[in-house]
Amino acid sequence: MVTIYVDNMSYEVREGQNLLGACLSLGFDIPHFCWHPALHSVGSCRLCAVKIFRDENDTRGRIFMSCMTPATDGVRISINDAEVRHFRASVIEWLMLNHPHDCPVCDEGGECHLQDMTVMTGHAYRRTHKKKRTYPNQNLGPFINHEMNRCIQCYRCVRFYRDYAGGRDLDAFGVHSRMYFGRFKEGTLENEFSGNLVEICPTGVFTDKTLKKHYTRKWDLQTAPSICVHCGLGCNIIAGERYSTLRRILNRYNGQVNGYFLCDRGRFGYEFVNRDRRIREPLARTGQGESALQPITPDEALNRLADLIRSSSCMIGIGSPRASLEANFALRALVGEENFSTGMAQAEQDRVSLIADVLRDSPVRSASLLALESADAALVLGEDVTNTAPMMALYLRQSVRQKPMAIADRLKIPRWLDAAVRGAVQEEKGPLFIATPAATGLDDVAAETLRAAPDDIARLGLAVAHELDNHAPRVADLSAEQHALAATIAKALREAERPVVVSGTSSMSPAIIQAAANVARALHAHGLDVRLSFVVPECNSMGAVLMSGFSIEEAVERAETGPIDAVILLENDLCTRAPRELLSKLRASCKNLVVIDHCLTESAADADLVLPAGTFAESQGTLVNNEGRAQRYYAVFPPHEPIRESRHWLREAMIAAGRMKSEQWESFDDLVTQLARTLPVFEAVSNIAPPAGFRIVGRKVARQPHRYSGRTAMLANVAVEEPPPPLDRDSALSFSMEGFQGISPPALTPRYWAPGWNSVQALNKFQEEIAGPLRGGDPGRRLIEPSDKASRNYFDQIPNAFLPHDGEWLILPAYHIFGSEELSVLSPAIAERAPIAYLALNAEDAKSLGVSEEVLAGVEFAGIWVSLPVQIIVGLPQGIALVPKGLERLKGIALPVRTRIRKAETGEQR
Amino acid sequence: MERPLTGRMRPGEGPVDLTAYENAGGYGALKKALHQMAPQEVIQLVKDANLRGRGGAGFPAGIKWSSVPSGNDSPRPKYVVADADEMEPGTFKDRFLMEGDPHQLIEGVILTSYAIQAEIAYVFIRWEYTRARRLLEQAIAEAYQRNYVGSHILGTAYSLELKLHVSAGRYITGEASSMLNSLEGRRAVPRPRDPLPTLSGLWGKPTVTHNVETLCNVPHIVNNGAEWFKSLGRTQDAGTKIYGVSGKVNTPGCWELPMGVTVREILEGHAGGMRDGLTLRGFLPGGASTDFLTDQHLDLPMDFESIQKAGSRLGTGGIVVLDDQTCPVGMVYNLIAFFARESCGWCTPCREGLPWLAEMLAAIEKGEGRPQYLEILADQCRLLGPGNTFCPLASGAVEPLQSALKYFREDFERHIREKRCPWR
Repeated sequence: MVTIYVDNMSYEVREGQNLLGACLSLGFDIPHFCWHPALHSVGSCRLCAVKIFRDENDTRGRIFMSCMTPATDGVRISINDAEVRHFRASVIEWLMLNHPHDCPVCDEGGECHLQDMTVMTGHAYRRTHKKKRTYPNQNLGPFINHEMNRCIQCYRCVRFYRDYAGGRDLDAFGVHSRMYFGRFKEGTLENEFSGNLVEICPTGVFTDKTLKKHYTRKWDLQTAPSICVHCGLGCNIIAGERYSTLRRILNRYNGQVNGYFLCDRGRFGYEFVNRDRRIREPLARTGQGESALQPITPDEALNRLADLIRSSSCMIGIGSPRASLEANFALRALVGEENFSTGMAQAEQDRVSLIADVLRDSPVRSASLLALESADAALVLGEDVTNTAPMMALYLRQSVRQKPMAIADRLKIPRWLDAAVRGAVQEEKGPLFIATPAATGLDDVAAETLRAAPDDIARLGLAVAHELDNHAPRVADLSAEQHALAATIAKALREAERPVVVSGTSSMSPAIIQAAANVARALHAHGLDVRLSFVVPECNSMGAVLMSGFSIEEAVERAETGPIDAVILLENDLCTRAPRELLSKLRASCKNLVVIDHCLTESAADADLVLPAGTFAESQGTLVNNEGRAQRYYAVFPPHEPIRESRHWLREAMIAAGRMKSEQWESFDDLVTQLARTLPVFEAVSNIAPPAGFRIVGRKVARQPHRYSGRTAMLANVAVEEPPPPLDRDSALSFSMEGFQGISPPALTPRYWAPGWNSVQALNKFQEEIAGPLRGGDPGRRLIEPSDKASRNYFDQIPNAFLPHDGEWLILPAYHIFGSEELSVLSPAIAERAPIAYLALNAEDAKSLGVSEEVLAGVEFAGIWVSLPVQIIVGLPQGIALVPKGLERLKGIALPVRTRIRKAETGEQR
Repeated sequence: MERPLTGRMRPGEGPVDLTAYENAGGYGALKKALHQMAPQEVIQLVKDANLRGRGGAGFPAGIKWSSVPSGNDSPRPKYVVADADEMEPGTFKDRFLMEGDPHQLIEGVILTSYAIQAEIAYVFIRWEYTRARRLLEQAIAEAYQRNYVGSHILGTAYSLELKLHVSAGRYITGEASSMLNSLEGRRAVPRPRDPLPTLSGLWGKPTVTHNVETLCNVPHIVNNGAEWFKSLGRTQDAGTKIYGVSGKVNTPGCWELPMGVTVREILEGHAGGMRDGLTLRGFLPGGASTDFLTDQHLDLPMDFESIQKAGSRLGTGGIVVLDDQTCPVGMVYNLIAFFARESCGWCTPCREGLPWLAEMLAAIEKGEGRPQYLEILADQCRLLGPGNTFCPLASGAVEPLQSALKYFREDFERHIREKRCPWR
């Protein structure tokens, strides 16, 4: 710790930071633009100026930029000195010479960092008489709106997009006072993290185009803390609603998880909540047989379900890896532990269970995203993380900067002095190794990449483990090349301080997961602080596996063989997670299929009774991410009757059927208590957020900002009296502007706002230290910790090297950030970015088949020939073909599969 | 009077070619250094000679060189970059040197590279200097042929690659770190002052950057020694200096003169005094980004200290003369407009402040100035001062304006009062 003097008061601050970060951490307001806690200091905007005095006798002082100056022991600064305040106001005056005064029609208005900084510096009157400069804007695709006139040239956008996220198609053009920030040519921003420009940009140049279509000011948004449901990482989000429409997603900082950023799928995938696919009322088949689903009343629906529960001797409940722990647990309670399925296909469940076992039984900790960012060496086995867990890619991209930081350290450049660090480090990169079947979005920063079949990827991993530790099993028949690569990787990992091994389920290979576990274990044996990170397919895959249950296949088999009266399918579409034939089999064998879901899926369309469920935005629950971290999400707005939360339907049906007393599970917390009591693995879930009875000075935390407007008028077309705000019995948040508006416990933070800080940059007031943990600790609790006993030995099954079969190809899924996830692809902006179905082959295979990018290929899936356009992928191993995962046309196809491919014949199904 | 830098040049005879250069003892310094001197000795010699940078800042070259990490474990490769991107208005000395005696620069670059044990050297030349570029291209090829540069120079263990890089042409690349960014293919914006380029320069490696004129002095120091070099200057500053004069004098041009010669000698002696009917009102002593001085400063020695004491800077030594029939507001407007155009766009005060100054000066010049402008202009000059901007461009840019407001305030006021330019 060092002592700094700010306006003659002394403060203790951590050594090694810059003055701006130190002062913001102390709670001072120093205006700033170009500095960003994740992008660090470059000193271009000159707004964060402070006075520095030589000693206590120096009364004149000199102006310095606080972001460029280290907080050294004894430094004396002034924020309030008149000269430096004049300088800061002048910086705003310079920027305002050209910034349009269009705040009333600007999407950023009311949450604009430039507005806040302008007010903070006190600049008010315009002294120039010239015309303002103008620019043409660009259409940057479905996510981002561009309005260059508002630009204040802080360079944050290009520094994030290029330097941080690795994007290539946004840049700074022009010179002097004619700078232009945009694409070389108009077109869609390609980088998967472009949405962060919305929050990075301190003003209204880059704004959320999906929000624009149903625009609402920040102060008119009802917001709640939530968790992203579009992959298994569990990024923390703030979701905002007005008039029962979900309007936008913003980042919710979690120092351990997503930090300051989100991926574009997470940010723009929310619109499925508002779409026509939503089930908005209970549906049932009124007659027998083929009759269509008809709307019925909620009471009728409940009675039907209650009748089923009463009359059934045996029911099966199929849960879901995309439903909350609480909803799954309610279903499990209804049907009984022995009749509960996780809702995952067998192979997938096996893989996620294997991951859970590895994390439980190994001495190696699972990595948080923060740990990935600070790793100094990484090995990725079989995961295209950019498309399966995008934020992991963003942080692995930062990890390659860790090792070369030694160059900056040697030159005594503070790590936060970004411009100097990048000047010194140049293109030096730390070791990142990626082994996947096809090229990935991280290859540009990788030290080595390997294109191989899953079995060969596993063999490489196992060979690396053996290189590191002789006790790990040896891989026989490695080529000299493979052996050399394994040795290179082993050496780099061994020389690191904080290596990380990344793998997951997407290559559909348990052997790869085992190989990753072996590598981590071998590194641990060397005493390294190694972490393991596994990508899991969905937002609650880990939770579903920890809850334990049988697979979809077993559920269907039971329905076929046993006396099953009804199947309840919770927030699940079987065709998405298992081959389509399973749904047909289930349908054929089961008299009553009940689906509780929010969107009309193929499974719901096939059901006898459909209950409309709330989405994540209308529900409260807990999700367990890939790290094993349980995190709570809250309803942003109450579900619109007759839509109800899944757990409410289940509870009410149980009460109606006489299975449960009406005082049971009265609140969400009761349900969680029982969950924790029944399944000890979830014990910590009770403590991940304050209970519903939590109050701050006697008040709940308000979901609506204190400036929320129009409450008395919003429903005036229906009735003129003002209805009471809806009650929220389940949480310590209120659906109202009445309530606490200050800094609440992190798990309950509905938005970032502080006096004088209306933009997202108000976040600095919510952190204990800039870029550190939130005040009160980063929310969420890890459910899986490594065991010291470390009972498990090395996995010793070694797959055979992959050999192409004559006339048969191994078809693997190709993942697409936009398109492969079930819910986000229902959102129009995401759908616009999704690929069309294709078959990817390498050039030689395509040639031998007589297909090309002009000639369709036919692929046999379960006896049916499907014709697909061909994409040639350079480097794809021979004998391997890819089809995109999750696209409507290819839903319900079992992968991986060995099958035949031929030149498409006319008449084959397109 | 010795003229080491220009002594070989013969007016009207074209550039000094390789033969002439060698016959006049050219590359002798290189042979001497390579065969008889250790790199450290060359550094010490230049330090002793008190050679100060001729690009404007006057930083001692020897001290710069000795801050380069040496030894076997020092980062490699090391670089030397000659800044031939001469774009300071009123300055044309480097052009004069390159067009007159290209081998002299090359020998200086090689010697400097040897002193710091650089592997690669660049000459970063202004795009518009097409003649100098052609001459240097040829001279470099000749130097390679004669093994003055290349691998195992003159049979020694020392090797050096020398490359000519043609700049895309921005004033800012005269600032060393922007030049390095530009050379790397990045936007020509300055880098933070720390670490110095000698520690982390081109591609993150130790780099010495020098102005052309500075480098041209090195062979002569190696040949003749530190004492000789110090004896050339008339004041405490050593060596000779290429001084230039532009403006309405009788014989504008540039001349190699002893460091510390007085302004009067240059203006009245070499430049032939003011043209008939004109009187001197002021002058910028060292290019466009230095403060005006006036006739009361004519007897000052043109060296680093004296000019600084008078409130300006020696800069490049390119004197720009303002006469009594030229509007000072118009002149300052011209300069500020140039600097506003040449701002790199990186930091706010320079990018936004300079165009605003230009706009107000244009208004004043057109007779549309408002009385409050003078106060704003003065305030802006302070706000754009050293330390407030990222690099010295804007602080230099306002120097003629802030001094014009001091010396010619009445002219500004008259423009505003009479709503016209009195010289039109």
